[in-house]
Formats: sequence, C-alpha cells, structure tokens
Amino acid sequence: MKPKRILIREEYCIGCRLCEVFCITQHSPSKDIIRTYREKDTKPVSGIYFEEKGALSFAIQCRHCDEAPCVENCLTGAMHRDKETGNVLHNKDRCVGCWMCVMSCPLGVIKIDYKEKKVVSKCDLCIDREFPACVEHCPNEAIILVDGKGERIEKEKELKK
Amino acid sequence: MKTDYLIIGNSVAGINCIEGIRGIDRKGGLIVISEEDCPDYSRPLISYYLGGRIEEKSLSLKGNDFYNENNADVLYETVALGIDVEKRKVFTNKGEIEFNKLLIATGGKPVMPEIEGYSEDIKGIFTFTSLSDARKLKNYIEERKCREGVILGGGLIGLKCAEGLIDKGLKVYIIEMADRLLSMTLDRDASEIIEKGLKERSDCKVLKGDTIKRIDYKNGVIFRISLMSGREIETELLVIAVGVRPNIALVKETPVKYNRGILVDKHMRTNIPDIYAAGDVAEGKDMLMDRNTVIAIWPVAARQGKIAGINMAGGSAIYNGLFPMNAVDIAGYPVISFGITNPVDVDKYEIMVKKDEEEYKKIVIRDNRIVGCIFLGKIDRSGIFQGLIRHKVDISRFKDSLLDDDFGLLVLPAEYRKHMVRGEGVEV
Repeated sequence: MKPKRILIREEYCIGCRLCEVFCITQHSPSKDIIRTYREKDTKPVSGIYFEEKGALSFAIQCRHCDEAPCVENCLTGAMHRDKETGNVLHNKDRCVGCWMCVMSCPLGVIKIDYKEKKVVSKCDLCIDREFPACVEHCPNEAIILVDGKGERIEKEKELKK
Repeated sequence: MKTDYLIIGNSVAGINCIEGIRGIDRKGGLIVISEEDCPDYSRPLISYYLGGRIEEKSLSLKGNDFYNENNADVLYETVALGIDVEKRKVFTNKGEIEFNKLLIATGGKPVMPEIEGYSEDIKGIFTFTSLSDARKLKNYIEERKCREGVILGGGLIGLKCAEGLIDKGLKVYIIEMADRLLSMTLDRDASEIIEKGLKERSDCKVLKGDTIKRIDYKNGVIFRISLMSGREIETELLVIAVGVRPNIALVKETPVKYNRGILVDKHMRTNIPDIYAAGDVAEGKDMLMDRNTVIAIWPVAARQGKIAGINMAGGSAIYNGLFPMNAVDIAGYPVISFGITNPVDVDKYEIMVKKDEEEYKKIVIRDNRIVGCIFLGKIDRSGIFQGLIRHKVDISRFKDSLLDDDFGLLVLPAEYRKHMVRGEGVEV
C-alpha cells in the first residue's frame, strides 16, 4: 500500500511554525496544547524540520519514501514500514542508536537524542489520528495531504469516510 | 532437490534478495542455504549481544515469520561446496540442488594475518564476524573470567568488538598498524577525538603503528603476545579483526569471473547467465571511483541484494553504484562518514574542516562536487550530504554554508530541493 504523503508548497509558507506547535502537541501525552507547553518534561520533539531564511521558509518531515533507505539500512528493524498504511514508522524499543537511518536519509529528517542514544523523532503521519495535525493546522495550505496517487485529501472528506 | 530461486547466504544481501524476488514472483520455489544454525540476524549487532545490551532473540532483523510470509525454505548448516554452471546445480554437504536462478551472497571471510606461533588449535583466539563467533567469545570470557583482552585491528569490526568487551568490564588493548583508528574512513584528527574518548571513558589502550609479532601459549591456551615494537602483553584473549575479504572459494573452480570479488554488472549478474552475486562477495560499481570495487558495507549489500532479486524474478532494476559510508557510535561519539575522506592526490581536492574538542566536521570537494565527509560528535542532517554526493550536486553556490550548524535543504538549489521534497519519494 502506498502511504499518504504530505506535499510541501514552500511558496505558500508564511513561517508561522504552527505545524511544529501542533506536531508537538499531538505527540505529547496529554495532546492538550496548554498542558503540553507548560509541562516541559513531557514535551516531545517535533517530527518536523522547519527551515527559514529571509522570505523563504518551509516545513519538512519524513517523505515515507517508496524505497525507503532508512528502512533498508536499519540494523535492528526499528525503522519499518507499517503493513496497513505503508507509513514508515520508528519503534524506539528496538532502536540501538546505530545511526544508519540518519546516514541514509537524504532529507535529513530523522532527529537524534544524543543522551539516550536513540532516534528521538520522525514523522509518523499521525498514525493514530485521522488527519496529520500539522496539515490540519497549517493556515495557508503550505502543507497539504495527498494519497498514494498524488490526489489531494481534504480534511472534511477524510473525516466523512 | 530442485528450485526456481536458490540463494547462497542468509544475511543482508540474501534477505533483501528474497524481498526483491517476492515483490514480483510470489509463487516460484525459493531455497536459501545457510552455513549457520540460526535464522536471519543482524550481523552488526553481535557487539551489542556480546556486551549484554541486547539478547540473542532480539538480533533477528525481519522477525520469526519472515520466511513463512515469503514462502522461502531455509536449509541450515548447509555448506555450498561447488557449482556446475552448465547443469545449474549447486553441490552441498547435504546433496545437490538444481536451480533456475542463483544468487551468490556468501559475504566476507575474516583475514588471518601470519603471526609467529599461531595455530588454529590454540584456544583464546577469535574472529568476530558471526553470531557463532560472538557466542564462542562470550562463553570463553565468562568461563575463564577474563579481565583483559587484546584486539588486533582498529577498524570497524575491531572497535565494535572493543565496545562489547568494554561493556563486559574488560580492560582492552587495541593494536592498529595504521596511525589512526578506522583508517579506512577517518583521518587523524577524528581518530584523536575517539582515542581520547576511549581513554577517558573506559579502560582501553590504543597502540598505533604496531602489530603482533608472536603468540605464546601454555596448555593449549594463549597467554602472551609480543608486538613488533618489543612490547609484551599477557592475555588469555585475542580477537583478530584486521579485515574481511570476499568469500569467493565457491567460484574459484568455475567459469564465474572474479577479481577481488565476484564481478557483477549493473543488474548484479555475473558473466554466467542466471547467476547473480551481491553483498560483501560482489565487486560492483563504485560511484565515486567509477569502476568496480568491493564495498563491504550494509547499504551496498541491501541494495544489491534487492536489485538482484528483482532481476532474478524477471523485473528490471539497475544498480547505479554506491560509495563507502559508515555509521558508528564509538566511545560515546556518533560518527558518520561518506566516500573519500583522505584523498591521496591532495591537489585535486578542496577540504573544509570545522573542529573543536567534541565535534569534527570535514568535507572533501572535487570539481565543485562533494566526494567525502566526516561527521563526528554532531551528525544531525548529515544524510543530506550523502544525497549531495550521490546526486553529484554542484555546491559552488552554497559552499559557504556547508559547515554551518543549521545547514539544511533551504540553501540547496531550488530544483534539487523541490525534487526532494515534492513528495515523490526518494530514489535509492
């Protein structure tokens, strides 16, 4: 199964970073924006790299590649493809911090916890949610969701299914 | 016995070949033969097993159901002894197997240097490339309650083994012929940081520019080694880790062409129709050298195995060549390296370096293209450089940013960046 993908339209990005704010919130224990940002200990790392210089900005996260080199090169099977959705997911319990995925990803979107010696975060396309939080909260449609064929999926349609 | 697909070797190239075949042909008979007694496991993890960080059952890469799900039969403790390329037969210690398509993925074999006094019968001397090696080593240490060990070779295998021994509480000596550790991938500056780390964080001594001259044993067990420099070390444990060479014994008496490894084309075919080779035994395209070389690393084995499998099953996939790349965590430092890190012909290369006590970054440039990198200490987003090397991106317009801490996709040429981020996926 081909996974859904987040399409980046950098020309529309206004640099508000709400994608990151909601990515962090979604992956926090409470999933509540206020609690997430006040309880610092439990605040997760976002699965997004936000890049900005002058007028140009964009948010980039895992592309869930068809031939994902991070999966192919993972030494433990921690980085794997979800059979149902096709999403590339990371299982922290199996990760030994060999850094093969970091080496393999040409987009550089896998984040590292140097203290724990594990991959700390990568986009899971909000696997336990109907619609990725970053896309849902992007006010300018600078990131949109598309299906395996590249057709846009809008939130309303997705929720009606 | 007769099968459509026969794979010799059950490690990363073989496993990826199964996936490559099954992506196209779900039904054809598929047999894997393995000299070992256990299902697939992740070879690089044996140091974690040795050190007690993970259990044996966690070494599996694809899980217990992998062979069933892929309709593959594995014959364990089966040794391929020869190939009849005319009759398409492989001879094993357990009988003959006829095949339609064959993959040779026999991997590498540890190199044994000539050392005075060495014999196979002496106890306490090990290699470290298989689970069986790791089990024997672990048992030996535990039975004899070893307190120190010597490793000959400061390459990747030697250092990984050192970490395992350090985790087990041993005092470790690493003896390395070159002037630095990981001499194939690091330079002296990077090695110095790691050596300092090993010294400060563990009971580990690195002896460079030296090697073992003689081994002495007592009651059949090693008890002392003498070095070229004259130094002597008393030890009951010696691990030989000076390198591996392609395990080509199987094809030596056949018309299959080999150089250092078995020569393969971009489809991973050997010179004999229907016989393929992949992984550490194969000599395939090196993208940076623009010729065939053996690159004994996981990513090459995985890619070549997958491509061989697709082509064996009648699909069409092309291997565009890779280059050396390594990721390792040693002495507490994450290290990633790509390509040519120590160019010999220095005039042709430009080198950019950033260095402090805990971090090292080196970028090697040739004709405005990156051809090599070292990242030590901080490795965030280093994979972007792998992509720049692979896609031969002209870096002249953003060269000034290469060493920046926040280096990212933003400074890359818009066409390249968009190709990467448009969501079409990444070609590997």
